[in-house]
Amino acid sequence: MSASATITRSSRSSQVGLIFIAVAAAALLSVPAWASNDAMRLLIDIFLYAALACLWNFLAGYAGLVSVGQQAYVGLGGYGLFALTTKAGLPPLLCVPLVGLVAAVASIPIAMLLFRLRGAYFAIGSWVVAEVFRLSAILITPLGGGSGMSLPARIAQSIGQAPHDRYVSVYLTTLGLLLAILIGIFLVLRSRTGLALTAIRDNELSARSSGIDVDRTKLIVYVVTAFGTAMIGALIFLQRLRISPDAGFSVNDWTALVIFMVVIGGVGSFEGPILGALVYFFLRETMSNLGPIYLIVLGAVAIGVMLIEPLGLWGYLRARFGMQFVPLQLRVVDRAASAAPKFEETRPTA
Amino acid sequence: MSDAPLLKIDRLEAFYGDFQALYGLDLEISAGQIVAIIGANGAGKSTLLNTIVGLIDSRPEAVVFDGANIGGAPPYQIVAKGLALVPEGRRLFASLSVEENLLIGGQVKRPGPWNLASVYQLFPILSERRAVPVTSLSGGQQQMVAIGRALMSNPRLLLCDELSLGLAPIVVREIYGLLREIVASGVSAAVVEQDIQQALKIADRAYCMLEGRVVLQGAAGELTRESIAAAYFGV
Amino acid sequence: MGEWINTIVQGIMVGGLYAMFAIGLALIFGVMKLVNIAHGDLIVLSAYVALIATQTLGLNPLVSLVLVVPIMFLVGYLIQRGLFNRTLGGDVLPPLLVSFGLSVIIQNGLLQLFSADNRRLQAGALEVASVRLSDAVTIGLLPLLQLALAVAVIGALQFLLYRTALGRSFRAVSDDPRIAQLMGLNNRHVFGLAMGLSLAIVALAGVLLAIRANFDPATGPTRLIFGFEAVIIGGLSSFWGTLAGGIILGIVQSVAASIDPGYQILAGHLAFLAVLAIRPTGLFRRES
Repeated sequence: MSASATITRSSRSSQVGLIFIAVAAAALLSVPAWASNDAMRLLIDIFLYAALACLWNFLAGYAGLVSVGQQAYVGLGGYGLFALTTKAGLPPLLCVPLVGLVAAVASIPIAMLLFRLRGAYFAIGSWVVAEVFRLSAILITPLGGGSGMSLPARIAQSIGQAPHDRYVSVYLTTLGLLLAILIGIFLVLRSRTGLALTAIRDNELSARSSGIDVDRTKLIVYVVTAFGTAMIGALIFLQRLRISPDAGFSVNDWTALVIFMVVIGGVGSFEGPILGALVYFFLRETMSNLGPIYLIVLGAVAIGVMLIEPLGLWGYLRARFGMQFVPLQLRVVDRAASAAPKFEETRPTA
Repeated sequence: MSDAPLLKIDRLEAFYGDFQALYGLDLEISAGQIVAIIGANGAGKSTLLNTIVGLIDSRPEAVVFDGANIGGAPPYQIVAKGLALVPEGRRLFASLSVEENLLIGGQVKRPGPWNLASVYQLFPILSERRAVPVTSLSGGQQQMVAIGRALMSNPRLLLCDELSLGLAPIVVREIYGLLREIVASGVSAAVVEQDIQQALKIADRAYCMLEGRVVLQGAAGELTRESIAAAYFGV
Repeated sequence: MGEWINTIVQGIMVGGLYAMFAIGLALIFGVMKLVNIAHGDLIVLSAYVALIATQTLGLNPLVSLVLVVPIMFLVGYLIQRGLFNRTLGGDVLPPLLVSFGLSVIIQNGLLQLFSADNRRLQAGALEVASVRLSDAVTIGLLPLLQLALAVAVIGALQFLLYRTALGRSFRAVSDDPRIAQLMGLNNRHVFGLAMGLSLAIVALAGVLLAIRANFDPATGPTRLIFGFEAVIIGGLSSFWGTLAGGIILGIVQSVAASIDPGYQILAGHLAFLAVLAIRPTGLFRRES
């Protein structure tokens, strides 16, 4: 290797990507000024699912913790919002970060229990925890018991008198939360913890013997993910104005769909889950929702992706075109070899 | 006896992913022969045996056994044709007893003199400890089980990978003494061995490998110390 | 007092079924390190197959087992060779996600075909036949049969694993899949047989459970969780330990249900979490 070689994370496509992201963010921020309620509603849904997908991918694709029980935190966030607004009289938007904190604290003992299980047993264990939440919610009559409860009108109106104002409030909060989550994950991945995660993912045993505190790293990821997921849950049910145990802790809505999005988009990459969410919504808007058949098709596609191209759509695009949207991969660039740095992938970190 | 060799390796290449381990090897073993394969660590000796037995992929024509192309075939088919491997480090089945390890070696039912009774006759100590879990045996006894397990399939060619590994010299001598007896029963053998003296003592023919290639070959008795040393270290 | 005894006895009976769910899981995990998330949905699938058999052929559910068990064996073999075999031998993610996808597909497929209605298999007179042990304790004949079958299946499985060539093959492949091939074993086929056997066992248990308890397309995950909880409570060192784990789970559920039906499943989950917290390797460890 010549002395003029350097290690860098950016590439031509990631430079383009960053510009694109900046433009997109500006455009999205302007939406409330000109879009209809329906359009905002759709975008809110996309943001919520994109956030859930990124968080699940952070947990499973990066830390190797495949959870099929994240709906526990979605429901916890939703119920937390309803409880804090109706019983404690707190303003809804303030409750969002509050339920996040509650979930983060609750997730610590849960993690300590679940970390005693490995691989698929961890997955099923996480499902049991979610079921415990769901069954407990049925028993809590002050929050509506088995049939659930609606958010009182005055609380809904506190974030906006007219429906349009409410949509704008929720839209901006959701967009802000999504961006915060994306930036947060991005910063973690670029930090030492991110490097630790790559090592753990490649070979946990070697990572341990290299002095990496694997358990602590995984705990951090688990808690951060719970924090984010609960906040998303709060916004989901603030938007819906109604919650019930089955809706709050639904495996299909908050786990199956999310997992399928991540798998199809590309598990283990930063851009993959977002791409997967976009693909899902594109399909949903262009095809009518066929109920159970839709899930069957999605499941089959996800299986197909796992068998053929486990790194998903983004994995395929990256391998084929060497693309990355976000500067995360480390590359060696030999400036003396050519004028334009060649994209030579040593090993993907994202 | 026909002129065609029992095993013929023809320009064999082998890869671990992108890494090339064997670069166009040529090798022959005739029926009734013991062939020694010697070389430093990393020369590719184990890779060679693993490729012959189908654990590593190769061109079909690169490995010809008894006239048939077997390169790249699934191991369970190759074993049925009469090849057996005594793996490096024994690799016995830890949750099976001594007798069960032997019995599973006999899962491939081929005609021949080797069965439970004859294996116990060859290794009497195993008969005494037949119900014992293999993990409680000494290294030498485990090696006997590994050889016995391979013999149970009545192979025509026995591939032995580093029989002497981790064993006391006296045990090694005992085992190689028994190898002569095995070959006398009609089994040819290829022996990968770090202990050059032992290898040359027992073999009819020797191949010396270095970095994935054969760099020296000849009748075991004719190879000089100097030529072996030169080939071994690539001097 | 007699009420309590009856409750516990009921729990023991159902625990036998849970143990069979667990053993199905443990068998495939032992042989090929695979955990099938669709396990519970396949149990429910066998109940629906029995439903078709009883409705179209007029068979008693217990008789239909003669058809259902071989069918599910075949289903297991095909799923393993057609699908799961392609995911094994590497990353943890593919088998897990593929089996999750399969779970969703089976659930929604059953939903399409059978709707979300609650079903139960009718075993006729057998359902109410009972054996009177004492003044206070009456045991249903059917539950007794379930427990007997569970014990018999476990015994048969032990025999298979430790006294037959097939069992040796399972254990060898579990120890060292690479070297097992050198014994003339076609791993793909052995894995298929293991999955087939696993599904045959859980099909038996699934049909029996479907006579006692309602089922619908969404009840799969609960069945999976019961099996999983029995595995963790009982530990993985022996099948008899797993049986004990299943029985404990059954008893906990039964006792909780007698206090309030809404507590039944939750109590089981909490017992599982308690064992996980206090003794993660399970309550029963092999002495050796």
